[in-house]
Amino acid sequence: MNNNLYNQNNALQTKVLWVWKETLAIHLRAPETRLASSLSVIEIFVALYYGEILNFNSSKPLDETRDRCIISKGHGSICMYPILADLGFFPLSELLQVCKKGSFLGGIPDPVIPGYESVNGSLGHGLGVASGIALGLKTKKKNQDVFVVTGDGELHEGANWEAIMFASHHKLDNLNLIVDNNGISMLDHTDNIVSHSDLVARLSSFGWDCEEVDGHDVITLRDVLAKQKITKNGKPKALIASTLKGRGVPGLENAPLSHIINPKPELIESLLKNLDDRFLEYK
Amino acid sequence: MSIKALAMRDAFLECIHQQMKSDNKIFFVSADFGSPVLDKIRNDFPTRFTNVGIAEQNLINISAGLALEGFKVFAYAIAPFITMRCFEQIRVSLALLSEVRPLNVNLIGVGAGYSYVVSGPTHQCYEDLTLIRALPNFQLLSPSDHISAALLFEGCVSSNGPKYLRFDAQVLPVIYDSFKPKISDGFHVHNQGKKMCIVATGFMMHTALKVLDEISKEGINVGLIDIFNLTNFNANKLDSILSSYSGLITIEEGFRGRGGLDSMLFEFSSRRNIDIQLLNVGVEPGYSFELGTRSELHEKVGIGINSILSQIRLFFNKI
Repeated sequence: MNNNLYNQNNALQTKVLWVWKETLAIHLRAPETRLASSLSVIEIFVALYYGEILNFNSSKPLDETRDRCIISKGHGSICMYPILADLGFFPLSELLQVCKKGSFLGGIPDPVIPGYESVNGSLGHGLGVASGIALGLKTKKKNQDVFVVTGDGELHEGANWEAIMFASHHKLDNLNLIVDNNGISMLDHTDNIVSHSDLVARLSSFGWDCEEVDGHDVITLRDVLAKQKITKNGKPKALIASTLKGRGVPGLENAPLSHIINPKPELIESLLKNLDDRFLEYK
Repeated sequence: MSIKALAMRDAFLECIHQQMKSDNKIFFVSADFGSPVLDKIRNDFPTRFTNVGIAEQNLINISAGLALEGFKVFAYAIAPFITMRCFEQIRVSLALLSEVRPLNVNLIGVGAGYSYVVSGPTHQCYEDLTLIRALPNFQLLSPSDHISAALLFEGCVSSNGPKYLRFDAQVLPVIYDSFKPKISDGFHVHNQGKKMCIVATGFMMHTALKVLDEISKEGINVGLIDIFNLTNFNANKLDSILSSYSGLITIEEGFRGRGGLDSMLFEFSSRRNIDIQLLNVGVEPGYSFELGTRSELHEKVGIGINSILSQIRLFFNKI
C-alpha cells in the first residue's frame, strides 16, 4: 500500500469516529433528532464525501459541475450535519443550534440546508427524483453522477420500484443507489414486517448492477463506490451496505425499537468520554 | 367565420409541439396517456419525451428531477390519476420543493368532472379543484374551451412554479372565437347582468351560457364570469366587479361544499368584506354508478340546466 493511500485510509477511519462522536453530541443537545438511523449510515457518507467519490463545491452547493447526492432517508442523516459543516457548507458553530429557533438544521433535514438537494424524510421519494435528475443529465449530455442514499425500510414504498424499473429501462448508468441496509424500520426488523431480504437478487432481477458490502467498512465502501461510479455499462448501480442501526451505542445497536428509543444522556456522555478507548478498538 | 372546435389537450399539446422546435428545455412526460398530437411530440422529439408507464408517482418524481436540472416539464395523465394517485409526490416534490428551488412543472390532467361520461367514478374527477387548491405555490388552471386552454400555454412555459391544468376530455364548443380573454386577469366577464352573477369554470361555463339564455326569457339578466385561473387572478378587479351584485352563484363540476370553487369564492368574498349572498351549485357529494348522457348525469347530481334554473329562480326571489 502506498503512503498516500495508507494516509487516506487512516483519515477516513478517523473521520468516521469523529462523525460518530459529533452525531452523538448533536443528539445530546437535540434529543428530537433520530439517532439510531443516523449511526448506521456514517461510513457511507464518509466514503462519499471524504473518499473522493463525490464532486462537490461547498462554497457553491448547487454548482452545475457537482455530482448530485439525494439523501432520501432524510431523518436518518443527522450525521450529515457535522460532515457538511466540516467540509465548509456552513460554519461548525451551526452544529450547536440544531433544532433551535433560527437554525436551518432541523430534526428532519430540509433543502434549506446547504448541501441538501431535495425534500427528504418523507420516505420513498428520493430514488424517483434522482432518476429524473439522472435522465435530465443524460439528456443534457452532462457527465455528472447522481447518488441516492435510502434506508431499507423505505423500500417498502412502492414508488421506489416504479423508479427501479424506470432507471434500468433507461440505462441510467449515471445513477448510483446506496441502501443503508440496517434491517430495521420503526417498529421491528423489516424481515418481521414485510420481508425484502436479498435485495441484491431483487435489484439484479430488475436489471441493476449490484454489490453487497459491510457498510461499516469505510475503505471497502469507498473502493466499491469508486469502481461503480466509473463503470458505464448501461446499468444503474446499487450498493447494498449491511449495517447496524444504532451502531456503537449499547441498548440501541440492532434493537428492533431503536428508531424511537432515546438513550439516557448519561450513557451518551460516558460514551463520548471514553472515546479514546473506542478509537483504539476501531484501529 | 367560426373556429373549428378542438379538444383542449390537442390545442395545448400543439402549442407544446411548436415550442419544442425552438426551446430544447421542454421535456414531456406521459403516464401512458396519449393523443394524436402527442404522437407528433414523441416522433419529433424522442429524447425529450418519456412514457413512465402506468406509474403516476414516478411521473411526478421524474418530472421533479428533470425540473431540478432546468427542464420545463409537462406531465400528462388522466385527471383523477395525476392528482390523487400521487398526491404526496405532488405535495413534497413539487409544492414543497418549489418553495426553495425554481421548478417549472405543469401537470396536464384530462377528464375534468364527468367528461369520461360512461367510465364511472374511477375515471371521473370531482375532487381535484379542492386538492390542488390546498397546495401553496400551485397555480390551478381550468379553461372552458380549447382557445382559452391554448392561451394558458405562454404563462406555463415562461413562469416557474408547479401548475395544474384541468382539461375536459371532450371537444367543447368554442367560447372565445371573436374575442380573447385577458389571461393575466384569470377570469373573463361574459355578461354584465344585474343583481346576481354566475361564476363558473371549465365545462360548467357551457351550462351557464345555456342557463343565461333560458333565464333571460323570464326577464332575468344574470351576470356571467368564466374563471380559468383559480389561484392567481386579478383580485382587486374581481372584488370590484362582485361588489356590484347582491347575489353570487358558483357553478362547478366538482363536489359542492368540499373546498372547490364555492369555498374559494366564499372565502374571497368574506375576506374582502363583499356584501353578497351566495348560492353554490356543485355535485351533491356521493359516488354514483348510474349511466346516462353527461347532461342526464348532471341533472341527477344537481348541476344540470333544469336543476340550476330552479335553484336560481328561488335564489333570485330571496336576495
